[in-house]
Parts: sequence; structure tokens; C-alpha cells
Amino acid sequence: MAQAGSILSVHGATVSFDGFKALDGLDFTIAYGELRFLIGPNGAGKTTLLDIITGKTRPDHGEIVFDGRPGAQRWTEHRRVRAGIGRKFQTPAIFPSLTVAENLEAAIGFRDRVLTLLRAASTAERGMIDTTLSQIGLGQRAEVRAGLLSHGEKQWLEIGMLLIQQPKLMLLDEPVAGMTRRERDRTGELLQQIAQDRSVLVVEHDMDFVRRFAHTVTVLHTGKLLCEGPVEAVQSDPRVIEVYLGPGRNQGEKKGVAHAAN
Amino acid sequence: MATQRINIRTAILTWGPLLLLSLLLLLAPLLLSDFRLSMLAKFLTYAIVAVGLDLLWGYSGMLSLGQGLFFALGAYAMGMYLKLEASGSKLPDFMVWSGLDTLPLFWEPFRSPVVAILAAVIIPAVMAGMIGFLVFRSRIQGVYFSIITQALTMIVGLLFVGQQPYTGGTNGITNLSTIFGFALADHHTKVGLYLITVVVLALVYLTGRWIIGSRLGRLLVAMRDDENRVRFLGYNPVLLKTLVFALAGGMAGIAGALFIAQVGIISPSAMGVVLSIEMVVWVALGGRATLIGPIVGAILVNWAKSSLSEGFPNIWQYFLGALFVGVVLLFPDGLAGIVRQVGQSWRARSGARESVALPEPHPS
Repeated sequence: MAQAGSILSVHGATVSFDGFKALDGLDFTIAYGELRFLIGPNGAGKTTLLDIITGKTRPDHGEIVFDGRPGAQRWTEHRRVRAGIGRKFQTPAIFPSLTVAENLEAAIGFRDRVLTLLRAASTAERGMIDTTLSQIGLGQRAEVRAGLLSHGEKQWLEIGMLLIQQPKLMLLDEPVAGMTRRERDRTGELLQQIAQDRSVLVVEHDMDFVRRFAHTVTVLHTGKLLCEGPVEAVQSDPRVIEVYLGPGRNQGEKKGVAHAAN
Repeated sequence: MATQRINIRTAILTWGPLLLLSLLLLLAPLLLSDFRLSMLAKFLTYAIVAVGLDLLWGYSGMLSLGQGLFFALGAYAMGMYLKLEASGSKLPDFMVWSGLDTLPLFWEPFRSPVVAILAAVIIPAVMAGMIGFLVFRSRIQGVYFSIITQALTMIVGLLFVGQQPYTGGTNGITNLSTIFGFALADHHTKVGLYLITVVVLALVYLTGRWIIGSRLGRLLVAMRDDENRVRFLGYNPVLLKTLVFALAGGMAGIAGALFIAQVGIISPSAMGVVLSIEMVVWVALGGRATLIGPIVGAILVNWAKSSLSEGFPNIWQYFLGALFVGVVLLFPDGLAGIVRQVGQSWRARSGARESVALPEPHPS
């Protein structure tokens, strides 16, 4: 079933909420080692796609093949994570009562049995925590309660919690939303570094950010795949301009895509 | 020198209250009358329940209003053994009154003290585990979990009232005389049971400390913060929550077994709404997510309850009510929160003094 070279393929996925089709027979594929950006206007189905990949929502129809294993749409959430799918949520989902290091510690044992969790983190695991801390630039903040971090730092911490689990496919839902310019740059660099070892799928509204860091972009519209390709080609695609700006606009206004997408 | 002094001070703040409490508890048999000692022992069994409830509610965010159920199950398991021992070769008195002429089959194993003690821990733990698994698997959380645990407790309580020939009905199990051949009324038996209770409380407390210090402890707090996030980190929260619920159930069970041995009676009223809610009050008053706070809370609240009821037989409940409202309003972190605040300001003040003395960091 699985196409050679694709870590994830979604076939004919349909999700409807009270008659509204959030996804409508969507086919979607991402290759091993690929960094892919996913864009589309509000309600296009971007987050719903992430939801069916991670198991937060079950599709009404369709199949998901992950890493050559079919039937992934029926797996429980935690099984998908153990299989290698990691997700960063739109709002930073970290544990505010734990310190930064403890958040990473909580993420590290996800493949352990319950009783194995009763021992404290091993030296090797401490090492992984330190490495991840410096990778996400929070080495100085290890003992701070995560609830006290700035918005950007929380986002990095959540990325770190994923990284320490070494997923094969990492899904990031608007990782730079609400970040300052400098934080965005650092996040972009971090993404490229992360994508060297795994497949990464990023949902992003910020076209400026997409242009700077994306290679391939997929555009969703009304739950269907609208088009896919290099950033420049996608941006000048008349169908993309139409869904962002409404019908009847001409090519001359294509610059507006960036603003409309923000 | 200065850092050494700070370390010592931190150690005193961390372990001091604990050592003080242990010392007081171990000295109590020398200072208190048999009557007061039995009372304290009863409070300590409550403290054991409170530690379990703190793991469950304080750390993991699951407010169980059904710890009375597991407490009572443990007490009944132990009570069956004690009742058989008291009855000797005869049938227990309440069975005779209810018209039974042979001992029900499920009572037989409880002739063995070992079976009874094991059952007092295992039955509540397994029952909590089963309830927990079903409830958590259906992703029932928050107030619905509290309501279900409370409803179940009441249902089992009614069941015990209704099955008088097997459970002693409303009166429960009482008229006990000996434990392992020692008279329950004897001074030495009382001191012995008291010391066993202190040791069990210490073990339960240390188990709690161990869990909280482990990665499981991180995940428990993490689940309290955001259970879904834990799920998307690749854990199965159902298993983790079931484990903690079973553990807290087992702790309540041991407490129940120690309770009946020292108080001499267990009745379905332990499965009423009131006791289970009082348990929550001990934890809240002592300070959630501190382990030591709930122990102190259980002892103090019950001590206040009995001394107020002795001093003001008609209006004592108002004092107790005012105390609860006052503490919850003024000190949401309970007694442990107050102690922590005082400790912090003490540390801050002495820290300031030390930094004044800092100009000579390299003593020759």
C-alpha cells in the first residue's frame, strides 16, 4: 500500500462536523526527510488534517499509512506517538507547574512501562535533557517553572519536548504565531536543523516566514488539496490568489497574498 | 562557610518538620493516656488515607469523594478476621441474629490473619483499579469523576446495610476482643498497634515521596495540568491514572484495617458522604501536593473536632465550619502554604544578611 519514500500518506480522508466537511476526500503525502509547509485560508482544514494524523479526530472515511504501516487512522493517540508522530499544538501546550527540565523529563519516558517510570531519570536521560535544553536555547532556564516562561520560550520548550522523543514525523501547528521577529528567525533556524533528521510538517499563516524557510508548500482549501509545489509557483498560482483574495481579482494583486494570509 | 550554613538551613527546613513530627509521634505513648493514644492512632489511620488522597487529588488532580469506600473495605476485611477470632468456634453474633446457621463460604478464608491483612490492601486496590480503569477509559474527568466515586461509595454502603447476615448491617462489625491472641483493651496491645500505625504511616509517606520524585511523579502533575497533552506525548493516561487510583485505594485499605483494630468498630457509616468529604477537607486544610500537609491536616482537624465537641457539645460544628471556611479563604495552600511562606521570608532575610557579609569570599 505505502508508496515508496513517503513517511505518511493520507488517502481520501473525509471529516464532517454537523454536515460541514472539514476535510473532503483529501489525499496528502509527505516524503521521508521532507520539510513541508501547509497553508490555506481559515477553515481550509489544516488543523483538522493534523488532528486526524495524530488521532485527536477520527476520519469518517479514508486511510492513513504511516511509515509503511496501513490502518494508522485506527490507532490510539499514544500509539501513534510511540510509532513516531510528534505534534506541537497551536497554543503552547506545556505543563506550567513543572520546571523546564521537568517538562522534558516528563516527555522522555514515553516508551517506558508504567513501573519503569518509578525510577528517576538515568544519567543518559539527563544528558539528553541537557542536549535538548541547549538545542532549544533554554539552557539557562532549566529550573524555571514553565508557566513563567515567555510565549516564545514556551513554544521552544514544546518543540524540545517533541525533539527529545526523536519522532520520525513532526507536526507543528503555527510555531511562530505571536513571536517577535528575532524569535521567528531563531525558530526558523531550529526548524531547518530539526528537519535534517526527520520529516516535518508545518502549518503556518505567516507568509513572510513561509517564503523564508519553505521549500515545498501545500495549499488546502475547503478540505481539499488546492495545489502543491515550490513557494514561488504556489504564490503566483491564480487559484491560490483567488481563494485568498476572493474571485475576480487579477494577477497584479498577487502581492496581497502575504497580507491576506497573515 | 556561608554556603554550608545555607545548606544546613535548607536541610532543617526540608527535614525539620518531618523529624519533629516523627519524634512527637514516637514519644506519644509515653506522654498520653491509653484513651488519648487510641484517639491519636485513629487520627494517624486517617492521615494514611490523606496521603493517598493527596497523591490522587493534590498531585494528579483527581478529586475522589470515595476514599471512604476503600477505607471501609479494608476495615471490613480486617474486621472479618477480628470478628471470627472474637467468636471462637461459634458463629459471629449478628449472623445468629439474622438466622444463619453456618458461616458463609466467603468468610472462611478470613480465619487466617495473613489473608485478612492482604485482603485489606488488595481488595480496595483492585476495586479502585477496576473502577478507575472503566471511568478513566471513558475519559470521565473532573467533577464527574468526583460524583461517580461518591455515588459508588453510597451504593456499596447501602449494599452493606442491606446484607445484614453477611456484613452486620447498619451496626457493622463490632464486639471485638483480641488480635493475634492479644487482648485489644490491653495497654501493651494498644501501644503496639499505635507504633505499627506510625511505621505504616511513615512507609506510606515515603512511598509517596518516592513516586513524586520519579518520572511518574512528573507525569502525574503533568496530567493535572493538561491530560490531553500527556496523551499526545505518547503516554496512556488511563493506565497512569488507574495506577494512582489503585494505590490510593490500597493505602485507604491499610488505613481501614489499622482503624478497626484500634477503634473496634466499622459500620457502613464510613461509606457515607460525610467521611469521604471530611477526608478531602484534611488534605485541603493541610495543604495539597505537599504529602506532609495532609498528614498534619488529618491529625489537627480530627483533634480540633474531638476537643471542640468535648468543650462545646452543642455548637462545635460551627467552629469547625468557620475554621474550614477561614483556611480555604485566607490560605488556599493550607497550613503547608503558611509554613512555606514563613520559611521563605526567613530564608530571604538570612540570605540578605549573608550577602552583606560576602565581601570576603576568599578566606586565606
